[in-house]
Amino acid sequence: MPHFLRTFLGRPAGVIGLLLLALVCLTAVLAPILYPASPWEMAGVPFSRPGENGMLLGGDTMGRDIAAGVMHGARVSILIGLASTLTALLIGVTVGCIAGWSGGLVDAGIVRFTEIFQTIPNFVLAILLVAILTPSIATIILAIGLVSWPPLARLTRAQVRSVAQREFVQAARCQGQSTISVVLRHVLPNAVSPIIVMGALTVAAAILIEAALSFMGLGDPNHMSWGYMIGAGRTVIRQAWWMSVFPGLAILLTVVAINLVGEALNDALNPRISRA
Amino acid sequence: MSVVLRVLAKLAGIAVAILVIATINFVLVHSAPGDPALVIAGQSGATDAKFIEQIRAEYGLDQPWPVQYANYLGKVVTLDLGYSVRQRTAVSELILQRLGPTLLLTGAAFALSLLGGVVFGAFAGLRHGTWADFAISMVSLLLYAMPVFWLGLMLVLIFSINLEWLPAFGYVNIRSAGFTPLQYALDVLRHLILPAVTLSAIYMAVYTRLMRASLIEVSHEDHVKTARAKGLTEGQILRGHMLRNAAVPVVTFAGLQAGALIGGAVVVETVFSWPGLGRLTFDAVTARDYPVLLGLFLVMSLLVITINLLTDLLHRVIDPRIGTR
Repeated sequence: MPHFLRTFLGRPAGVIGLLLLALVCLTAVLAPILYPASPWEMAGVPFSRPGENGMLLGGDTMGRDIAAGVMHGARVSILIGLASTLTALLIGVTVGCIAGWSGGLVDAGIVRFTEIFQTIPNFVLAILLVAILTPSIATIILAIGLVSWPPLARLTRAQVRSVAQREFVQAARCQGQSTISVVLRHVLPNAVSPIIVMGALTVAAAILIEAALSFMGLGDPNHMSWGYMIGAGRTVIRQAWWMSVFPGLAILLTVVAINLVGEALNDALNPRISRA
Repeated sequence: MSVVLRVLAKLAGIAVAILVIATINFVLVHSAPGDPALVIAGQSGATDAKFIEQIRAEYGLDQPWPVQYANYLGKVVTLDLGYSVRQRTAVSELILQRLGPTLLLTGAAFALSLLGGVVFGAFAGLRHGTWADFAISMVSLLLYAMPVFWLGLMLVLIFSINLEWLPAFGYVNIRSAGFTPLQYALDVLRHLILPAVTLSAIYMAVYTRLMRASLIEVSHEDHVKTARAKGLTEGQILRGHMLRNAAVPVVTFAGLQAGALIGGAVVVETVFSWPGLGRLTFDAVTARDYPVLLGLFLVMSLLVITINLLTDLLHRVIDPRIGTR
């Protein structure tokens, strides 16, 4: 679809976002090549200032290289951002399809349940989930997925409801196709573009939740993450600003990139809305 | 719908919400890897078999789960949130002690974000297309992408460590013993500024964008053109014909953000050692004090429901048509 690409790349947000995102992905890919040693290992003198002792972004309280941590942290953030969004999409789209397609009491019940889930403070629920299930990459992904699906479900429901009224869907039903086939082959493909946009924004939100969880000490103890680094540098910020500044900039950059891409995707995929 | 019916429907909705939240708690305790008695003991009594037995009997963990579930719901209704083995205190008491500072912080942040969002958004919307509009949009884009705990740390770095204007952490000065009530209040206020600004920043950014878009939309409406045609000044038009209409979607959205606001308070209180529910959450996470965490989740959810009710009321004040519909 050349028109889609033209609109996407015609937005400064799309170009800048894509470039920044490419930079972050490159960081994640290059981390094991540039810093083959574990980012948990001591690489120099503790409290080294940026540029001292061969550490570009300085060292932390235990002499670990901040630059190595920032690069390895990109892998964890991207992995958790994508995987937990997929989890949220799986739950949200399924729930939304069932509600939007069935209508009636089933729909009313699901809508009410989703609303309750949206009032629950989702970060607190994520803390509870990860703490009780013990922190690991898998439980963090599960927890973020479990607290992020309601907006996706509401959007899917609204989309499915409006598409289900169209003639081609009715035609498919008249042909005697099964419900699952009608929903998967005719309804969803025509309802999917705003869901993709919201999915992109969910990745950004998931990365922020992961950072906050590991900041609270609920990160996977085997994987270096940006939130953990900021949490570890927090108590010594008076003496060593670099320990918390650089990982935070990495999060900021990644989330801005994804949000910009999401914005441009929105313009390109939902042209009616953006032209209004 | 009559007023009585509407209130009843609202109350029923709240009851269902509490039931769902309590059920999540119950399911979580029982889906944890290992023995639920260990979860309740916060793993501290893992070595003491007698103590675990005692917990098992006290919580009825030897009974079939429907009985346990009914027992748990009964406890929730009577606000019995269990006992923190670690802190040797009832959970409800621990939470009650910390409720005040959290209400102060979230209340201040909520008001600040709404006020700032409406003011900056109106400012940007009126100057639609100028550099000021662009600058406000850029700042809100950055704030929106910032981890809130990192923003807090950066503000500490600038305003407490470099400029030495404001205290970096705590609720009140350690030497507050001899303070008069007024001095005490002012000191708390000084300590409140950085956490409240940190917590409100992201929402301010969101509301600014919303308010800007909504004001631009309202400015094209017929009644605003009429007001302009009859010769009102721009200030009169803004105050009398635009602000109220434009603020409605902002308040709607603010109500939906209550849950996120409480979640944000957890990390902000952690950064600033603010002695509220968030800091209690952090301590409970660090100590793996599960009864406290479960109680906190319940109370914070109740807090969100209450905030939602309040925004609902605020809504009716701003837009009287809602009540009559």
